[in-house]
Amino acid sequence: MEDKAQIHEAIKVQGELVRKLKSEKANKEQIDEEVAKLLELKAQLGGDDGKHQFVLKTAKGTRDYNPRQMAIREKVFNTIIGCFKRHGAETIDTPVFELKETLTGKYGEDSKLIYDLKDQGGELLSLRYDLTVPFARYLAMNKITNIKRYHIAKVYRRDNPAMTRGRYREFYQCDFDIAGQYDAMIPDAECLKIVHEILSELELGDFCIKVNDRRILDGMFAVCGVPIDKFRTICSTVDKLDKMAWADVKKEMVNEKGLSEEVADQIGEYVSMQGGMDLAERLLQDQKLSQSKQACAGLSDIKLLFSYLQLLQVTDKVVFDLSLARGLDYYTGVIYEAVLTQTGVGLGSTEAQQEAHAEDSVSVGSVAGGGRYDGLVGMFDPKGRKVPCVGVSIGIERIFSIMEQKAEASAEKVRTTEVQVMVVSAQKNLLQERLKLVSDLWNGGVKAEMMYKKNPKLLSQLQHCEEAGIPLVAILGEQELKDGVVKLRVVSTREEFDICRADLLAEIRRRTSEA
Amino acid sequence: MLGLTTRFSFLALCVLQIDEEVAKLLELKAQLGGDDGKHQFVLKTAKGTRDYNPRQMAIREKVFNTIIGCFKRHGAETIDTPVFELKETLTGKYGEDSKLIYDLKDQGGELLSLRYDLTVPFARYLAMNKITNIKRYHIAKVYRRDNPAMTRGRYREFYQCDFDIAGQYDAMIPDAECLKIVHEILSELELGDFCIKVNDRRILDGMFAVCGVPIDKFRTICSTVDKLDKMAWADVKKEMVNEKGLSEEVADQIGEYVSMQGGMDLAERLLQDQKLSQSKQACAGLSDIKLLFSYLQLLQVTDKASAEKVRTTEVQVMVVSAQKNLLQERLKLVSDLWNGGVKAEMMYKKNPKLLSQLQHCEEAGIPLVAILGEQELKDGVVKLRVVSTREEFDICRADLLAEIRRRTSEA
Repeated sequence: MEDKAQIHEAIKVQGELVRKLKSEKANKEQIDEEVAKLLELKAQLGGDDGKHQFVLKTAKGTRDYNPRQMAIREKVFNTIIGCFKRHGAETIDTPVFELKETLTGKYGEDSKLIYDLKDQGGELLSLRYDLTVPFARYLAMNKITNIKRYHIAKVYRRDNPAMTRGRYREFYQCDFDIAGQYDAMIPDAECLKIVHEILSELELGDFCIKVNDRRILDGMFAVCGVPIDKFRTICSTVDKLDKMAWADVKKEMVNEKGLSEEVADQIGEYVSMQGGMDLAERLLQDQKLSQSKQACAGLSDIKLLFSYLQLLQVTDKVVFDLSLARGLDYYTGVIYEAVLTQTGVGLGSTEAQQEAHAEDSVSVGSVAGGGRYDGLVGMFDPKGRKVPCVGVSIGIERIFSIMEQKAEASAEKVRTTEVQVMVVSAQKNLLQERLKLVSDLWNGGVKAEMMYKKNPKLLSQLQHCEEAGIPLVAILGEQELKDGVVKLRVVSTREEFDICRADLLAEIRRRTSEA
Repeated sequence: MLGLTTRFSFLALCVLQIDEEVAKLLELKAQLGGDDGKHQFVLKTAKGTRDYNPRQMAIREKVFNTIIGCFKRHGAETIDTPVFELKETLTGKYGEDSKLIYDLKDQGGELLSLRYDLTVPFARYLAMNKITNIKRYHIAKVYRRDNPAMTRGRYREFYQCDFDIAGQYDAMIPDAECLKIVHEILSELELGDFCIKVNDRRILDGMFAVCGVPIDKFRTICSTVDKLDKMAWADVKKEMVNEKGLSEEVADQIGEYVSMQGGMDLAERLLQDQKLSQSKQACAGLSDIKLLFSYLQLLQVTDKASAEKVRTTEVQVMVVSAQKNLLQERLKLVSDLWNGGVKAEMMYKKNPKLLSQLQHCEEAGIPLVAILGEQELKDGVVKLRVVSTREEFDICRADLLAEIRRRTSEA
């Protein structure tokens, strides 16, 4: 016993030492040495000592969802899935872990954030990091060339919570993608229509969908004089414009990324532009930009996109914004990001985490993001068969967070059950009648419950109704039973009606359908 | 090289040769190494896991809706817990099965394991939140490193669907509700006839005691009795006597009891049984079985598939063009339908062929088609086609949404 306590203490001290060395970015050999000592100490504990301790915490970066949160989550999912279904999407599901090799080499620097499973003698496995790579694997595995699919599931990233405040390591992603060779911009327009519908139905307040195109960005960098090998890195700097002022972004371009001030200024002129179809037309006439074939192709597609968006009635919230960059490497065409424009919407911790399509940095207030990525699936197909894709990822954790805050702030109670009728006894010895009545109600499809007590007090039963938000009470009483009626009470108004037992089911259905 | 490997695959003599050629193959592959820009893709899921395709998802959704609908009808709440727990949370809870737990690699932080069931996380949740009363359901995947060679077709990732009532209540009422729920679910799912067997741990233990089973063998004899659903009594008795060390006489006494089945009447008879009634435990269990059956009677549970096409989408209307250059009209109409809450889609082609569009409807099981044509547009109507009957109706554009809603609500 004493030994174990000593070891626990030693582990604690050693753990602190390791954390300290890591945060100080000490010498790698030294860190490895101390980590080895720590692992050795942990190994000494080993085995099952028979005393079943219950550690009352969830793993770091993960959390339970309580019934209230689940009720909110269900409403949000129903709205989102309803929209996907309205647009004819199918859904798939994939395993929570993939073969390690499937995920290797797909996430660049972020690969260190992947959770690996222990080598227990079989295949090497890792928890999925996003839903896009599994999607690409699914398409290649099943030789699918066309699909419109949504996928809502949790993904896993070993982020360091110290550095990214409140970030979760297990969180939901909600992806919608259209894969297949189609006529230009029609599926891209539908994706934006879907984002518009979802954000409108969720009633999160005012929002704006920014649109740009990877080819316009690259064309712009080219005509401004950015060297080709700096395109991606300058792109991620431009991406910071949603968080930093132009002056600071320009400073980074010049001081850290090695651009001349003149080139940076030229970029600055373009990235300050916002507009609609008119801006695309103007830029097609722009002396400098029109020299880039790439940029012209992007601009024409933006024009086409806006014409479709007009017909789909969503141009009110869409803006062509040249500062939208989205760090992801694999976008090849249109890119977009939706942001909430309301101020005062609490920026809690998880918002910063909202990922859109696979990995990229997300601006404060972003609730959805995506774009076209024509080359990704082809990378995964053994024959290199190209499957063009366009899609969007809804920032569902951010939305949960906002809805939870709204629910807390509002007076409206969030119900965690859907019970419509509580069956209660007014006197003792009426358990049998309660069981019979509740059974009839269940058989009739009514959501009902009763207390698990033979002789509960009327007051306790009514109190439960108030707390749980149950709208109706069916009260059984001795006199009423003799008269062949049941007293139906409306909780909100406290009115009571004697209903003939035979008519009770119909009466309850009537009242609950009007609700 | 590969040709040799497959041709000689069954001759022991050539095992060495196979190994040699496999080694060469691996060496060649290793030469590729690293990230050579051409990302090799292993096109498989991990052993024991599988994707769900849209058809399977459609079936799954129906089943979940039925089950969850039942749980909600009974006033249950739901919770969710993380896919992995601290390893210590799961340690010591599963006995011999602990070796089937998936561990996560020690990457310098907490030691973690994938959840093995939903019950231990439930217990942790209750303790963590100091909850004494809850009626909850939880549907989620769990993970077990079963060896598929030994348990044919068993998955390592699979769904569990749990319903539990926690809390101090009057005897047998929540127990009866659980059985009512099982009855409702199996009936609604229309899987065919079913039977719910009921027993009580106290009756089993009391029975073992009065038959002369030593107390330290109760659990192991219990798992032998459990095999009666797969093995004949003769074999079960053999295991009790030969492997577990019971005398034949004791085994025979157990054999008399475990062949009994009945209803409330059986419980009453056993309460009068000379031998069994000597066990206080057994009597408590038998009284509760009687009480349970009385509640089950009140809850009306004491008594016990057409080749419908499985659709993977819920699209109600396909918007199609009968001629070329009608993309704009299609976009406008489909947008109106979406805005009106109708589930609709259209082809992502500017000038699709009518036949292809109608074929898609048949394949996807879409019930209605809204056909835009030049003449119809001049007349201000849309041709609405019912796929199953092939009837067509010209509907005034302004009335189209209402007409579609009427037809889809009747369906």
